Amino acid sequence: MSSISTTDIHKIYDLLEYHKTQPGALLPILHGVQEELGYVPPDVVPMIAATLNQSNAEIHGVISFYHHFLAHKPGLNKISICRAESCQAMGSAGLEQSIKQRLDIDYHQTTQDGKYSLEPVYCLGNCACSPAIRIDDQIYGDMNLPKFNALLDALVTYTLELK
Amino acid sequence: MNSSTAAKANRVFVSLDTSALSKGSEQVAQQIQQWLAKQPEMNVTLVRNGTRGMVWLEPLLEFETALGRIAYGPVRPEDVADIFREQPFAGISDHPLCLGLTDNLPWMKKQQRLTFARVGLIDPLDIEDYIRYDGFSGLKIALTKSPQQIVAQVKESGLRGRGGAAFPTGIKWQTVLDTPAEQKYIVCNADEGDSGTFADRMLMEGDPLVLIEGMLIAGLAVGATQGYIYLRSEYPQAHKIMNMAIDRAQAAGYLGDNICGSGKRFALEVRLGAGAYICGEETSLLESLEGKRGVVRAKPPLPAIEGLFGQPTVVNNVISLASVPIILSRGSEFYRDFGIGRSRGTIPMQLAGNIAQAGLLELAFGVSLGELLEDFGGGCKTKRPMRSVQVGGPLGAYLPPEQWSTPIDYEAFAKIDAVLGHGGVVVFDDTVDMAAQARFAMEFCVVESCGKCTPCRIGAVRGVEVIDKLTAEHDSHNQRQQSLSLLNDLCDTMEFGSLCAMGGMTPFPVRSALKYYPADFGLTPLPDDTHTSHQESGTK
Repeated sequence: MSSISTTDIHKIYDLLEYHKTQPGALLPILHGVQEELGYVPPDVVPMIAATLNQSNAEIHGVISFYHHFLAHKPGLNKISICRAESCQAMGSAGLEQSIKQRLDIDYHQTTQDGKYSLEPVYCLGNCACSPAIRIDDQIYGDMNLPKFNALLDALVTYTLELK
Repeated sequence: MNSSTAAKANRVFVSLDTSALSKGSEQVAQQIQQWLAKQPEMNVTLVRNGTRGMVWLEPLLEFETALGRIAYGPVRPEDVADIFREQPFAGISDHPLCLGLTDNLPWMKKQQRLTFARVGLIDPLDIEDYIRYDGFSGLKIALTKSPQQIVAQVKESGLRGRGGAAFPTGIKWQTVLDTPAEQKYIVCNADEGDSGTFADRMLMEGDPLVLIEGMLIAGLAVGATQGYIYLRSEYPQAHKIMNMAIDRAQAAGYLGDNICGSGKRFALEVRLGAGAYICGEETSLLESLEGKRGVVRAKPPLPAIEGLFGQPTVVNNVISLASVPIILSRGSEFYRDFGIGRSRGTIPMQLAGNIAQAGLLELAFGVSLGELLEDFGGGCKTKRPMRSVQVGGPLGAYLPPEQWSTPIDYEAFAKIDAVLGHGGVVVFDDTVDMAAQARFAMEFCVVESCGKCTPCRIGAVRGVEVIDKLTAEHDSHNQRQQSLSLLNDLCDTMEFGSLCAMGGMTPFPVRSALKYYPADFGLTPLPDDTHTSHQESGTK
C-alpha cells in the first residue's frame, strides 16, 4: 500500500461501503476511485476484489478493458483530443500533431512537470463544432492551435492563482 | 436553471448545451448576469435552455417578446451590452447580430419537431415549464391504460429503434411484457459513440424530463420497476443535467414508490460508461452495467428475455424512449402519419464535420440526403466542394454525390449498402483521402473491438496492414490486385464471422470507399458504377 496514503485508503473504504450492495457496483466504484485519486492505482485492486468477492484478475480485467480508467497517475489537467471522423473532416490530424509537439508528449503520456496528460478520445458529441477537445470536464469546439495555446496559458495562470 | 421568475419578468435565453458551452455560451451568460446586476429596473430573468440545434449560431441569445422569441447570434460576451441597449424585448432590432424571430428562421421553419419539440424552448430542469409545454401528458394517459394497451399503441405508431438497428420498439416491448419475471428492467442506451451524432446528448441536456417520462411509460408497459440510463463518460454536462432532472422528478412524485399517486413504482439511476465504444452494443452494455468487461454476448437469448442480471430487459436508445410520450399523448396515428414506407415518424438528423451550418434538425422520414446537405447544411465550412459524406457513424458507408438523392429511409439506405444508423451525417470536402478514411475504419475497430470474435479482433489489425500494403506506392499491379483480393476476403470474414455490428459493419466504410473512390487507393476507377471492387477482385 505504498503508493496511496492512509487518508486515501479510508476514502476508498468509505466508497466501497457505500457502493458494495449496489447491483453491478464495479463501474460506479471505479469511477468513484478515479474521481477521488485521479486514477485507479493497482493497490486498490485487492481492496475492491475482497469487497466484491471477486478475484484480483477479474477487477484488473475490467479496469484494463475501459479506456477511461487510468492505471497511472495522470497530469494535473487531462487533455483529450477527439480522433473521430467528424473532427478528422475538420483537420484534427494536424491539430493532434501540433498539440503533441506543443506538450512534447504522445498519447497516454504525462508532461515531465506533471501538469498535463494527453489521451485520445473517439467522439465528444461536439461534432457540430469540430474539431473538439476536452480539458478536464470542459469541452471546447472549433479548436485550432492558437486557441489551444490560449487555453493552456489560461490554465497556467489559473493554476498559479490557486497556489 | 433560474426559476425565480417574478411576475412579468422578461426572459432571455442562453443555452447550457455542451456545444453552446464549447463555443462560449457560459461567458455570454456571465456577461448578461453582470449587465443585469447593474440594471435592476429591467426586471429580466436569464433562463439557461437547451440548444435550438443551430449550433453554428451558438452562442445564441433569445429574447421573449410579444411577437415570439427573437434571436441574436453568434454572440460574443462583448456584444451583450450593445444588444441590451437596442431594446431587445420591444421587437426586432437593427443590431447586426439580430436574426429575427427564431421560429421564422429557415432552419426552424422547415422542421417537424416531435421528439425535440421542447428542446431549446424550455428550462430543462423546470418541471412547471415542462408541464406547460405538454410534458407528462403521455404519462397521464399511460397511467389510465393497461400494459397491453400501451404496448399496442407503441407498436401501431411504427416506431423503430433510433439507435441504429431500427428494430420495432413495440415488438421488443411485447416480448418483455410476455416474459414473466419478478424483476424487469428498462435500460436506456445513452452510449452515443458514433462520430457525427449528438442527438441523445442534445435531448438529455435540453429536455431530460421527456426521457424520464418515456422510461416511466416503458416501465408501466412491460411491468419494470427499475430503470438505468447507461450514459457515456464523454458527456459530463448531460450527466449533471440528467441527475438533477431525476432528483427533481423524484421530489415532484414522478419517480419512486407511488408515481403520481397511482401506487405504481419506478426507480431510475444514471450509470456512467467508461470510454468503450462497444458498450453501445446492447449486450455489451448489459455486461458493463453488471460490472463486467463490455464483451458482447451471443444472441439468443435476447435481452428482452434474458437481459440485465438475467431478467427481461427493454434496451432502447434515448431518442426511441423520448419519442414515446408524444405517441401516447397524440396517438399512434398522429406519429405514424409522418414518414414513408416502413420508416414512420420523424428522425433527428445531425449535420457534422465540414459543413457550414452544422447542427440538429428533426424531420419526417423521406427527405433526401442531398436536400439536407443543401437546404440545411449550406455547403462545406471550408467553402470547398463536398466530396463524400459518411452517414450512420464510423460503421456507416461513405457516400459520393451520386448517392445523395437517397431518401432518409432505413430500407432505401440498406438498398445501397449503407445505413442510416443514428442519423449522423459527417461531411468531407475534396481534400479528403478516402484510403486514409478506410484505414481509419479498421484502426478504430482495432482500438474498440471487445475481442470476443476473432474476425473482428484480428481482422481489423490485418485490415490496417493490408490497406497500408494496398496503398504502398512501390507495389506492382499484380501485388496490388492481390492486396485488394485479400482485403475483400477479409471484409467478408469480418462481416459474416462477427457476432455484432462492430466487426460485422466495419467493412461498410471500407468497401464503400473502395467502390466509390478507387483512385484514392491507387486503383483505376471502374467504367461501370455497378461493378464493385468486390466483384473485380474475383472473390466471387
